[in-house]
Amino acid sequence: MYDAPNTELHVTQNDIKIAARKVQVYYGDTHAIKDVDVDIEDKTVTAFIGPSGCGKSTFLRCINRMNDTIDICRVEGDIQIDGEDIYDKRVDPVQLRAKVGMVFQKPNPFPKSIYDNIAYGPKIHGLAKNKADLDEIVEKALRRGAIWDEVKDRLHAPGTGLSGGQQQRLCIARAVATEPEVLLMDEPCSALDPIATAQVEELIDELKQNYSVVIVTHSMQQAARVSQKTAFFHLGHLVEYGETGKIFTNPEDTRTESYITGRIG
Amino acid sequence: MPLLWLFLIVLAIAAVGYVLGRSRALQSAGGDSRDLHSLPSYYGTNVAMKAAVPAFLLMLVWLLVQPLYINTVISGAIPDSAISDGANLGLVMSEVRRTAEGLDALVAAGEMTEAFARSARADLGDITQRLQDAGQIVTSEVTQPILRAAQDYRVMNATGSLLMSGAVIVLSLAGLLWGLRESQAAFRARNVVEAGVRALLIAAASIAILTTIGIVLSLVFNTIEFFRLYPASDFFFGLEWAPSFSGRGGSSELGVIPLLWGTFYISIVALLVAVPIGLFAAIYLSEYASRRVRGIAKPMLEVLAGIPTIVYGLFALLTVGPLLLSVFGREGLGWMQAGTAVMTAGIVMGIMLIPFVSSLSDDIINAVPQAMRDGSYGLGATKSETIKQVVLPAALPGIVGAILLAASRAIGETMIVVLGAGAAARLSLNPFEAMTTVTAKIVSQLTGDADFASPEALVAFALGMTLFVITLGLNVFALYIVRKYREQYE
Ligand SMILES: Nc1ncnc2c1ncn2[C@@H]1O[C@H](COP(=O)(O)OP(=O)(O)O)[C@@H](O)[C@H]1O
Ligand SMILES: [Mg+2]
Repeated sequence: MYDAPNTELHVTQNDIKIAARKVQVYYGDTHAIKDVDVDIEDKTVTAFIGPSGCGKSTFLRCINRMNDTIDICRVEGDIQIDGEDIYDKRVDPVQLRAKVGMVFQKPNPFPKSIYDNIAYGPKIHGLAKNKADLDEIVEKALRRGAIWDEVKDRLHAPGTGLSGGQQQRLCIARAVATEPEVLLMDEPCSALDPIATAQVEELIDELKQNYSVVIVTHSMQQAARVSQKTAFFHLGHLVEYGETGKIFTNPEDTRTESYITGRIG
Repeated sequence: MPLLWLFLIVLAIAAVGYVLGRSRALQSAGGDSRDLHSLPSYYGTNVAMKAAVPAFLLMLVWLLVQPLYINTVISGAIPDSAISDGANLGLVMSEVRRTAEGLDALVAAGEMTEAFARSARADLGDITQRLQDAGQIVTSEVTQPILRAAQDYRVMNATGSLLMSGAVIVLSLAGLLWGLRESQAAFRARNVVEAGVRALLIAAASIAILTTIGIVLSLVFNTIEFFRLYPASDFFFGLEWAPSFSGRGGSSELGVIPLLWGTFYISIVALLVAVPIGLFAAIYLSEYASRRVRGIAKPMLEVLAGIPTIVYGLFALLTVGPLLLSVFGREGLGWMQAGTAVMTAGIVMGIMLIPFVSSLSDDIINAVPQAMRDGSYGLGATKSETIKQVVLPAALPGIVGAILLAASRAIGETMIVVLGAGAAARLSLNPFEAMTTVTAKIVSQLTGDADFASPEALVAFALGMTLFVITLGLNVFALYIVRKYREQYE
């Protein structure tokens, strides 16, 4: 239905997971995202950087259709995951969000036990046949979230009682538990201290073996540390997109250069 | 001098003080308001405050003390012989006051000269006749000591008011002068006014607290009085409510249990109606409704809360009762004898509580952070899954608090019960039978013609106290839960 065949989108050896074309987002009359084209690879960490309010979160939320939950938000253009248009009428946004997990800026564990936090998604989507199955899923997710050792003795304690860094890893484990293919992270470390940040970054690095990870960050060091690809947003435009190393050492656009050297932002 | 005039005079002095103080302060700064410590209006306010506040305080104290003083003097002067059998000093004193007021009214109407009203040799029969003709209520014949006392009473009252007027005006003027002397550029009028405002607010707060304490104390004393006349164990554990109608008989059964049962039964029916409907309405309004629908529906729901409860009572009596009767009454299922029943009152009370439950729950549901919902949606949960499994559990303590507050309102409700539930105190499980509640019985015990000192009347205070303790407990518990829940997200 669209004239951009998938084969043309191959730029590197990795497969293209997410392909966005001419994406526009409006909040009422505000035009928040303007004409964004981007190809996000599988098994790669892609960082979105840019000054505050440039639309990083907005674009991220297009990828799992979280913007649908905002009344005044309108999305135009075309976003495909594995060649399938996610804004097609036949796509159920609720189902899509199980496939495209999301981790938020502030750790937001549910006021439930650690176990129930993780089991929430699998239960809703019927991923477990029985209790033993569910236990296994929970353990696996907590291990992937690199938090199993810290909580295995208190699975039934409330998730809100953990420290900030543990809560964020719990939220990552919660997102991983529904077996997503893409993991979206919106400034996942901005509420964490440096040690917790290092733990989460290490975790992100591991996660890229299985997922396509997209991370919004306002820390350029973090983008440089964890990502292979970087996209620089400015005033709703995608200004520059490419290998992280290149963006940080040899940016093409003057705006990117000004941002990286600290002159805008 | 009438009180109103005195009041206005003091206000006028204060107003003049304001203008004078302001201009005097300006003058002291050579007309340049920048040289003043405070804005000119503060100097004016300072003078006005000093002119008005002490004067009004004096007036208040005087008005409280003067009647007490006159009463003691006059009653000391009444000879014992003037107190007939079966009466006491209090009765005689009220007769004295009535006679004095009668004389006042006659003088005011011009039917009697002041000199005549004061004359010691006036003919008793004539005075009685004149008082009765003028429509003043007096006993068969005014006796000599009573007339004497009444005349003294009038004289003392008149002198008292005159003295008060003088003292108040003098004090007000003194305050004015004091304030004016202070109105110099360096004077910190702003700070004084600030202290004055503070004192005003403290006074308001203490009045609120003191009246509450006063109400509770009056309940407590009368309750103790009741338990002196009627055994407490019979009151708390008695299974029968049957006050005797003679007013003084000792044969009354005043057991509170049937009343408490009626109260709780009706409240439970009310909550069964109000909680599901109110809660679902709140969920719809806070989670599903668009901003426009919410903007219209929420105020409309809250209109329900503004309807006086007597109107709900009429609704129960005239609409719901007959409706239920036609279904469950003799023509229908045959369970119901009359329109007034637990069901009738409970349903209508539930309708009354819907907006209460829904607006409290709405606030509480809205207080659940959006991040919780986002987390759930982000995992691929639908709206109702999110509400059922994340929002409601998070809001549950607050909602329980809201329900407890609604329950304490249901327990205290009176008019709907009086009109909708009947007046029979009964221990029964059938919700289609008439029952009554603690509040409704308080009304009927106090509006009857029982002697105010009899247990039949005093029991109202014990009932009120019981109700007060129950609702206070519920409210404290509810607020504790609500507050504990609030801390969770901060
Ligand atoms: N829910 C919303 N309603 C209206 N405007 C919004 C909303 N969310 C974001 N915006 C606007 O969209 C623009 C981009 O915001 P956002 O994507 O949050 O920026 P970033 O994450 O890069 O800081 C901003 O101008 C912001 O004001
Ligand atoms: Mg953002």
